[in-house]
Amino acid sequence: MKNRVGIVGVGQTHHKSKNTDCKGQELISIAVKRALESADLTMADIDAIVIGNMDHFESINYVDMWSVDGSGGYMKPIMKVTTGGTTGSAVGHAGFYHVASGLFDTVLAIGWEQNSESDTTAAISTCFDPITEREFCGGAIGPLAAQYTAYMSKYGATEEDAALVSVRDHNNAALYNPYAHLRQTITVEEVMKSPYISYPMKFLDICPRSDGACAVIFAGEDKAKKTVERPAWILGVGDCHILVHLADGIGLANLPSLERAAREAYEMAGITDPFRQFDVAELYVPASTAGVTWMEALGLCEEGGGPRLIRSGVTNMVGELPINPSGGVLATNPIGATGLLRIGEAALQVMGKAEEKQVEGARVAVATGFGGCFWSDVTVLSSSTQLD
Amino acid sequence: MGEEKRDSGPLSITYMADMPYDYHAGFYYSRFLKELKDNKRIYGVKCPRCGKVYVPPRIVCRDCFVTMEEFVEVGNEGTLLAFTVTNFPYTDTTRGEPKKIPYTAAYIKLDGSDSNIVHCLDETDEKKIKAGMRVRAVFSDTRTGDYFHDIDHFEIIQ
Ligand SMILES: [Zn+2]
Repeated sequence: MKNRVGIVGVGQTHHKSKNTDCKGQELISIAVKRALESADLTMADIDAIVIGNMDHFESINYVDMWSVDGSGGYMKPIMKVTTGGTTGSAVGHAGFYHVASGLFDTVLAIGWEQNSESDTTAAISTCFDPITEREFCGGAIGPLAAQYTAYMSKYGATEEDAALVSVRDHNNAALYNPYAHLRQTITVEEVMKSPYISYPMKFLDICPRSDGACAVIFAGEDKAKKTVERPAWILGVGDCHILVHLADGIGLANLPSLERAAREAYEMAGITDPFRQFDVAELYVPASTAGVTWMEALGLCEEGGGPRLIRSGVTNMVGELPINPSGGVLATNPIGATGLLRIGEAALQVMGKAEEKQVEGARVAVATGFGGCFWSDVTVLSSSTQLD
Repeated sequence: MGEEKRDSGPLSITYMADMPYDYHAGFYYSRFLKELKDNKRIYGVKCPRCGKVYVPPRIVCRDCFVTMEEFVEVGNEGTLLAFTVTNFPYTDTTRGEPKKIPYTAAYIKLDGSDSNIVHCLDETDEKKIKAGMRVRAVFSDTRTGDYFHDIDHFEIIQ
């Protein structure tokens, strides 16, 4: 990369199920103002904007233009990025690319969603092929549920393993994250007793849909050092899009796109022993089942080792590698913002600004994004410009 | 301006518009759909470079990015890779009506194919289904050129 890049500001709204108080642009403006305030910057410092949300959800075309009243992009270059579930992480990576290229010094990345404005499961279903796939792919839930049946058959994972992930993430949100949408502590028994939505997925295994926005400010090395005492340096990124036909992704018990994206990000960052080198992880876990199955793709355990890792408790807040101190996607899911929240939360951790959810001494973090036909983004962040 | 509720009573405006589309099936899907309708046969297409067979057929191999032209018949039996018994009501985007539940979505690798398809099983008791089972296509008697109708469902081979 031409320029070293650091995150200097992070802002988000208080996420909720239905935000009738404000219009999309007003919601965006809240996250943007909070990001600017957190870095003590003004809109005059921003050279370019990247923004994204889900196609179809609000039925608004040209979101790049429409959002100017909230994004602050008046008379500035704006790029819209929309890649399904990975929209937020792709927006973050595009912000990083802008600065890393050396063409822009300070770039504002925004992800947002007003899920409550539409029938989002129907909207998501339009991403599947209308002639050969759409009929039986139930929104985002069906394919994720089906994937777990393949994983359970192959590796002997159980529904209780998934419930442990659900409890971890819900309880982290309840205890540590004032911005989270769902803030109620739950138990494994409650998860197991909740009704099947799409076997083997139960009501408490799946993410909510939230209204909310997130904004993250990326800056070149000099600007970053002048702006904040301890930026979150981006050490590595990886993006991998995979199969066009959804059925090809579901048939696999594992997630090869995440494995590839992780490999690229790790190589760029110099990560060789992820479990030991990462102090904290903010993973895009849209269903508790994915919290069991995808850790191996990140090299955090051996193939099929997800259940062992979850049962051992090492990914809890007091464990060796806390995953999702914010409560993650299972507690908060404004989809276009969800991936950017992972990057933003990971950045707050290594900046030492995560407040109640701070993992003590966190210096190296990993964030992921997941979406569409099982594709993935990975970001490695650190409080240092390079690993020891 | 904070996020706290203001007293003015915010409004919501409802927008109701039908958005019909005519999706063009193209050369590859049309051949696939005609074989289902006229002959109860399932066709894929084979990559001239790596030999992988794709069902449904498509123009380029995902690995080699070469044009595929050789249509090959695959089996109407295969292996169930993954499934889910869907219990939540959502809008069927093809018809705009609520989806009939429960139904079992089935992800299947047909014999002779290197890619997977999605369809449904006629079994909705999850205790009787397991990934790895063998399944067989059951064709509809009144075929119309619609994949989801012409193959009515898949059944578990006992
Ligand atoms: Zn090929």
